[in-house]
Amino acid sequence: MTIAARNLGTGLRAAPEVTPSAAPLDLQKIRADFPILRQQVHGKPLVYLDNAATSQKPRAVIDAIVRYYETTNANIHRGVHFLSEQATEQHEAARRTVQKFLNARSASEIVFVRGTTEAINLVAQTYGRAHIGAGDEVLITGMEHHSNIVPWQILCTEKDAKLCVAPINDKGELLIDEFADLIGPRTKFVAVTHVSNALGTVNPIRKIIELAHRRNIPVLVDGAQAVPHMKVDVQELDCDFYAFSGHKLYGPTGIGVLYGKSALLNAMPPYQGGGDMIASVTFEKSTYNKVPYKFEAGTPDIAGAIGLGAAIRYISEIGLDRIAAHEHDLLEYATKAVSRIPGLRVVGSAKEKAGVLSFIFENVHPHDIGTILDQEGIAIRTGHHCSQPVMRRFNIPATARASFALYNTREEVDALVRGIEKVREVFA
Amino acid sequence: MSDLRDLYQEVILEHSKAPRNFHDLAGANHKAEGFNPLCGDQFTVYLHMDGDSIRDISFQGAGCAISKASASVMTQIVKGKSRTEAEKLFERFHKLVTGEEPPKTGEDLGKLAVFSGVSEYPARVKCATLAWHTLQAALEGQTEATLPDGE
Repeated sequence: MTIAARNLGTGLRAAPEVTPSAAPLDLQKIRADFPILRQQVHGKPLVYLDNAATSQKPRAVIDAIVRYYETTNANIHRGVHFLSEQATEQHEAARRTVQKFLNARSASEIVFVRGTTEAINLVAQTYGRAHIGAGDEVLITGMEHHSNIVPWQILCTEKDAKLCVAPINDKGELLIDEFADLIGPRTKFVAVTHVSNALGTVNPIRKIIELAHRRNIPVLVDGAQAVPHMKVDVQELDCDFYAFSGHKLYGPTGIGVLYGKSALLNAMPPYQGGGDMIASVTFEKSTYNKVPYKFEAGTPDIAGAIGLGAAIRYISEIGLDRIAAHEHDLLEYATKAVSRIPGLRVVGSAKEKAGVLSFIFENVHPHDIGTILDQEGIAIRTGHHCSQPVMRRFNIPATARASFALYNTREEVDALVRGIEKVREVFA
Repeated sequence: MSDLRDLYQEVILEHSKAPRNFHDLAGANHKAEGFNPLCGDQFTVYLHMDGDSIRDISFQGAGCAISKASASVMTQIVKGKSRTEAEKLFERFHKLVTGEEPPKTGEDLGKLAVFSGVSEYPARVKCATLAWHTLQAALEGQTEATLPDGE
């Protein structure tokens, strides 16, 4: 499966040379799969460039959810009746789809959660609370999303531990030597993003994991911005935990995944208590269910998991290599196009980038850019992108961010460029 | 569809480029900071109160065109007014930008009227009211303004 040369360090498998799988995407066909893309906004065709916030959903995902509610809906893992068995099977089939998608060894290593944020909180509150004590250190990077900062801050405050932050350079790349130097005898955990949501930087995740593993330090990878854009193989990366959200991967909101190595998950205390996560309960003592159910208290988002499974099948049929190639082309095209606009500065120019184009323009505040582009039907994100420390690092309050998905086109990038010219007209 | 020029009126653009009373204030006896965590806009409002009257006012900080222009116009309008008058103006301004109470025929809102277009852009209401919330906090002797939810 992975005979192709590997792009060392990023966990991204290089696309095989000129094979049918590298054929360009049929964008017209793909766009027709996404009902929302047909609509107009303020009288203009919708140009949706806010995919790093959330992606749109293909008909296959919407149908899977509708079909589930229309034909299968029942609670799982506890009914003996037909519908309950069907629902349980579909829910577990979705887990196997995720397992295959991440190339995990076992489906029991796939814990369904609400999203990346919950996955990280789960690890901080279970593994973290059990293993991190006073004076210990948790190491993150300077480009983390708030969701990979705050859960560790909460833990460090509670345990009197220290949160250490590896710096980034002016291009938005992790300074790997500084990162290595920050791994010390007190470092007990490393949590790092695979791809930066604010800058698009792809981190050298394999190198990071290798450095941490030399000292037997487990590593959590925040993959929220990575899985939609590149093939991720958790065994190849050898990461201990990998977290992602369904809704950025063309799936529904409210469902996400925590991958964890079996040995770690088995040894971890439970996260939330409740139904489904127990084997037996008395008022004196409860024994917990096996993994992954130990971490899935209460009725889960069954429809969400099924929808996520449908999303993964959808993109797998198209092929992540092709998607990655298409988005890479778009990002290059867009970077070149906006770089020609006088007064525009791209924020984040890492050598390895995926999906995200953050920029500032003249002295116009990103919010004003966002409002004017919206009037042109163009949806981008403006603000600090839940990455206030990144903004401070670049000494800016906010950026405007266009982010790409498999259905975006060069014509949409052209519309973005025209929209930015409109911003200039308004503020001239 | 509302025209962008309804939002970005000339007066607003002009004030955002050259904000008035944009400096700190020697002799200020009240000072509050307003922060919009959603967008990172941040302003400090300085007040020199003479009893119940706003003898002088200034502001500093960073934000979008709407928030900066709103702060600038606000300082011009409330300077010399009493606390009660300033609070009444905020109340009227708030109703204007939320669309709760559009300008009445013959009503003289002065320069505040240029912000009436904001009501067509719900996401931008907070931009327009940030400085006013900060002024309110300063008047109440607080050092930080909190933005109410849903605004």
